[in-house]
Amino acid sequence: MLNNLTPEKIEFLEEKAKEIRISIIEMLVSAGSGHSAGPLGMADIFATLYFFILRHDPKVPTWPSRDRLILSNGHIAPVLYATMAHCGYFPVKELLTLRKYKSRLQGHPHREFLPMLETSSGPLGSGLSQAVGMAIADRMDFGRTSDRFFYCMLGDGELDEGQNWEAMMLASKEKLGNLIAIVDRNNIQIDGYTDEVMPLSPLSHKFESFGFHVEEIDGHNFSDIVEAIGRAQAVFDGPSVIIANTIPGKGVSFMEKDYKWHGNPPGTEIAGEPPKEKQAEIALRELRSLGGQITSEHE
Amino acid sequence: MINKSLKLNPKIFKKDVEKVPIRNGFGEGLVLAGENNSQVVGLCADLTESTKMNLFRDKFPDRFVEIGVAEQNLASVASGMAAMGKIPFISSYAMFSPGRNWEQIRTTICYNNRAVIIAGSHAGVSVGPDGGTHQAIEDIALTRVIPKMVVVSPCDYIEARKATLAVAEIGHPVYIRLAREKTAVITTDETPFELGRAVLFYGEEEVHADVGIIATGALVHRALLAAEALKLEGISAKVMNLATIKPLDVESVVNLARTTGCIVTVEEHQIMGGMGSLIAETLAENFPVPIEFIGVRDKFGQSGTQDELIGHYGMNQSHIILAAKKVIGRKSP
Repeated sequence: MLNNLTPEKIEFLEEKAKEIRISIIEMLVSAGSGHSAGPLGMADIFATLYFFILRHDPKVPTWPSRDRLILSNGHIAPVLYATMAHCGYFPVKELLTLRKYKSRLQGHPHREFLPMLETSSGPLGSGLSQAVGMAIADRMDFGRTSDRFFYCMLGDGELDEGQNWEAMMLASKEKLGNLIAIVDRNNIQIDGYTDEVMPLSPLSHKFESFGFHVEEIDGHNFSDIVEAIGRAQAVFDGPSVIIANTIPGKGVSFMEKDYKWHGNPPGTEIAGEPPKEKQAEIALRELRSLGGQITSEHE
Repeated sequence: MINKSLKLNPKIFKKDVEKVPIRNGFGEGLVLAGENNSQVVGLCADLTESTKMNLFRDKFPDRFVEIGVAEQNLASVASGMAAMGKIPFISSYAMFSPGRNWEQIRTTICYNNRAVIIAGSHAGVSVGPDGGTHQAIEDIALTRVIPKMVVVSPCDYIEARKATLAVAEIGHPVYIRLAREKTAVITTDETPFELGRAVLFYGEEEVHADVGIIATGALVHRALLAAEALKLEGISAKVMNLATIKPLDVESVVNLARTTGCIVTVEEHQIMGGMGSLIAETLAENFPVPIEFIGVRDKFGQSGTQDELIGHYGMNQSHIILAAKKVIGRKSP
């Protein structure tokens, strides 16, 4: 897989991540509410998964052999919706219906409105359990001959929920080599920085002691993301986790690394931030001139 | 009198009526469901023997997952398995599932409309000596309030076996309420069972009577004993077995109210939010008549024997008889 990640492909993924970020800002502005920091921070990983890693067919969302991506931290739905739209699951212009009455794009994902989703989510801490259940079912049916993977996207603040640790114990007990968890380690949650709200460190040791193969990466570096997933896929006798260090609000300078943008859209009055009527314009201008910068600054 | 067409147990009113725990019927039914459909799987949270899922585990070890003492995980793992086409049955004590894991059941099972069957054993105060922490008397309220959920409460172990088999194939989330203690066997293998149907065990459909009693679960037997005792006093009662609490058989319930003019509800559960509340909601909207409620009145359970606790919380046949007389007296002249 790594061999296929040519410089041209990286450039393509950068471009997709940029488009996804622009869509995120546009849809949040249109909605007038929603989460900014997490979706922007995860744009590079979502672009990599949907445009390079996942075996899926946007024209046949129910293809049984598809890989599964389970979004546990449902509040970052804008990045999921934007990525799916840019992939061709539904029209990009539909993104502007986010959070609106009768929209398929509910504030937090709901399968009843958008059946192509693998699950509904919002209340934190239960996505990993569902991914574990899917992976167990796949093992029951196909044993280790199955080459499907089950990717579960988790927030770091979400790991405060005890149910995650119940799920980890079971994943380890069942030796789920087909399960790959990806933690958005952006160090923020609504009430503040994770270290102040509820310290998680040493996070990789915690996962290791629960029986996980652990990769820790720069979540904005496409080569890092692809290599780590490749190594996780090669571990067949147990579950893997990729702890992706990301910058919340990545790509919009006034949002980066600031927990106040966890649950607010552009256009919010926040002390010390640009005037609210200017925020969307500044964000979109920055994002449009982003080409190539995100990856390069980490090299 | 007993509805003969239902081929109920002829020994219902005898002292030596056979008594079997309702949960046994679940255990046997799950094995049958597993034989019928290879997609049926079992998940348990460290109570495999108690909930009788051990019968399934021993027969289909490759289709059983031991989750450990983790009911929240239990519910959501089952949701994930259902997403892959499995038909998961999850079992624990009702106090822990749906008690502990209510939000996971709401969001990951019902909101997702995943066909997971939640078997809550040891429901009611009859669990006895374990005490109030283990006596689920809120579970009907917790489950019937969730959209898409089907709620089933069998009256004996034979009905539990049939209900378990029936819910395996309906493609919806289901809560099935089970009891631990030995319970009088009311039905037989020949008694018809249909999900969603309330059935008159005592009395005839279109014949008027003085009072209608609607009972669910293990207390159906006591309701029948009460009706038989009322007959000796010249009071005619009908007894309806409400095995499917949701979706409710509204037509049969309204017909009972119409032909009796007053209702007594009987359940081993809090009155608030339970089956009696459901009947009150339904009749208030469709055919208002006086109602008396037998059930727990805003109290927690405690240690004791089954009979002591049923008596203490006012759910014995004598209480049903008193409630029947009272509600008859409340009918408009």
